Amino acid sequence: MTTTARVTDAAPPRPEAAPHPGDPADTPAAASAARPVVRRPRSPQRKARDRRNALLFLALIAPNLVAILVFSYYPALYNIVLSFMDWDFVAPSPEWVGAENYLDLFSDPRFQTVLLNTVIFTLVSVVGSIIGGILLGSLLATKVPLTGFAQTVAFAPHMLPGAAVGTLWLFMFDPNYGLSRWLFSLVGAASPDWTTTSDWSLWAITIAYAWQRLGFVTVICYTAILDLPRDVYEAAALDGAHGWALMRHITLPLLSPITFFLSITGVISAAQAFDIISIMTGGGPGTSSSTLSWMVYETAFMKFDIGKASAAATVLLVILLVLTFVQVRFGEKKVNYSS
Amino acid sequence: MSALTSLTDRAQGTDAGGAPGAVAPQAAGTASRRGRGGGPRGPRRPLWLTALYTAGVLGIIAVFLIPLYWLFSSAVKPQDQIYVWPLQWIPTELTIENFTEAWNTAPFDRFFLNSIITTVGGTVLEIGVAILCAYAFAFVDFRYKKVLFALIIASMMLPGHVTLIVNYITVANLGWLNTYQGLILPGIASAFAMFLLFQQMRMIDRDIMQAAEIDGAGHLRRMLTIAVPLSAPMILTASLIVMAGKWNEYVWPLIVTSTTDMRTLPIGLLFLRTQEGYSNWGSIMAGTVFVSLPMLVLFFLAQKRIIGGLAAGAVK
Repeated sequence: MTTTARVTDAAPPRPEAAPHPGDPADTPAAASAARPVVRRPRSPQRKARDRRNALLFLALIAPNLVAILVFSYYPALYNIVLSFMDWDFVAPSPEWVGAENYLDLFSDPRFQTVLLNTVIFTLVSVVGSIIGGILLGSLLATKVPLTGFAQTVAFAPHMLPGAAVGTLWLFMFDPNYGLSRWLFSLVGAASPDWTTTSDWSLWAITIAYAWQRLGFVTVICYTAILDLPRDVYEAAALDGAHGWALMRHITLPLLSPITFFLSITGVISAAQAFDIISIMTGGGPGTSSSTLSWMVYETAFMKFDIGKASAAATVLLVILLVLTFVQVRFGEKKVNYSS
Repeated sequence: MSALTSLTDRAQGTDAGGAPGAVAPQAAGTASRRGRGGGPRGPRRPLWLTALYTAGVLGIIAVFLIPLYWLFSSAVKPQDQIYVWPLQWIPTELTIENFTEAWNTAPFDRFFLNSIITTVGGTVLEIGVAILCAYAFAFVDFRYKKVLFALIIASMMLPGHVTLIVNYITVANLGWLNTYQGLILPGIASAFAMFLLFQQMRMIDRDIMQAAEIDGAGHLRRMLTIAVPLSAPMILTASLIVMAGKWNEYVWPLIVTSTTDMRTLPIGLLFLRTQEGYSNWGSIMAGTVFVSLPMLVLFFLAQKRIIGGLAAGAVK
């Protein structure tokens, strides 16, 4: 019985561990493991044991660490080097050209369109899905009939391949035989040519992507809302707080660690949303629905301009690092950790 | 031993929202006492408010279910019920023609085979790597543990599109283009699954580990006979999440494979769409069902687990 209590004590969520999963040795469990049973001065035996443990540790993490170094860190760094080169995958070796690729990029009006598209796509999908997710999540938390079923269908799109979601929305957006025609006919309008006109294509991919993301965010918010401490709500209700006041002063502040997490991961995954774009519009017409992730692919693997593509990828990396830094630096202060 | 197993289950339930038993009473309690906008308690919520909330929930269902219904219903509709206005919501006649058409237009048997090989192979390797790594962080002492842990977790921040070009070059230099190892190996590095397993393993009772150590069980034995069995529910959860990620993978298989017989299902869908143009939505939707159905089945079978695992990653 006492052990049960101990485990449950350890169970409450630790919001601080999400963005900064902290350090393993600081956790109570790990600390007790690190403490030797009997403390002794550093003996040769102890040293030998430490060395054995270190070797064992390195051997155990080696497969993961090597894979991460070779396929995550090294490419991220070498990509920066490539961005100062000129190469087409075919020439025997890349040629150093200095900052030319960057000058090339920033003087290209198409690149400005791409940047703007990326900002709109990311902002609308991240902000939209978080606001929508909190509202829908609170609605599910009222536990009226059918909420369980609603949770299931809302989350299902998140499990589907982006390629499938893109294909489905391509059909839904068909101006002649898709659901879009039906929806617009309700207000007596004709459906726009969503994916084939430059005024609408960016919105087509944004809607499809946000639809897939919204259910995921909703369910995460819903789970988090159910986890909120009940006594705070009881106290607030006794003080006469209702509806919007409860939402504004209790739910939103208590949810801030989750919103924080969702905004960081949301930006990262929106930045690499690619499958929906590839299936629905191929970045077109023109560059009207090209985002940075599409541009990296197109420049490298369709135009074989490796230097320029690497430069675009580096810009993407810098933007993400800056955004994450800003979010951590300024978001963290406002985040409320309940426990 | 059995008491301990149920204990870890319990811990996981409260933690991840995984076990239904642990969550349901709490959820019910929260709801009945919340009474947002109504009285302090649920039962006193006015009827009109319950009706309003229910209408909202029906709205949510409509937004997500109608597109899914459209996908499945179009896949079984005959041509003349797809290309018709006003739209035919409920097919009056079912057909499997679209499925045979899709199967004959694109080599879906190869796509399925390739997707299964890369998903299963990739998941087994990634989870294996994650178990070793999580065990080391939870139970083996090392001075620079914190730094290495941060290094591994921070890799989640690097988006795939930044590493795409160099990984392509690396795989090309290894001679792995258009091969299964080229498809699978660059994806086995594990940060999220490792994090989930680490969270689970560090909650294992220290006394049991120490007792086993005193009995002379080495790390390998302790891992295989204690840590892994006690983390089994979380290993399953992590495997499901990893599996879905691999099945849905798009950009990497797109660039690393070059022949149709090495393509995976999501790329096969692009192939099918290109073949059919916009003139055969029935067949394209049937192809989309091929790609989606395995993930939907997986989700409906293990919903609690998958949502619980993803929420645990977020809430912690």
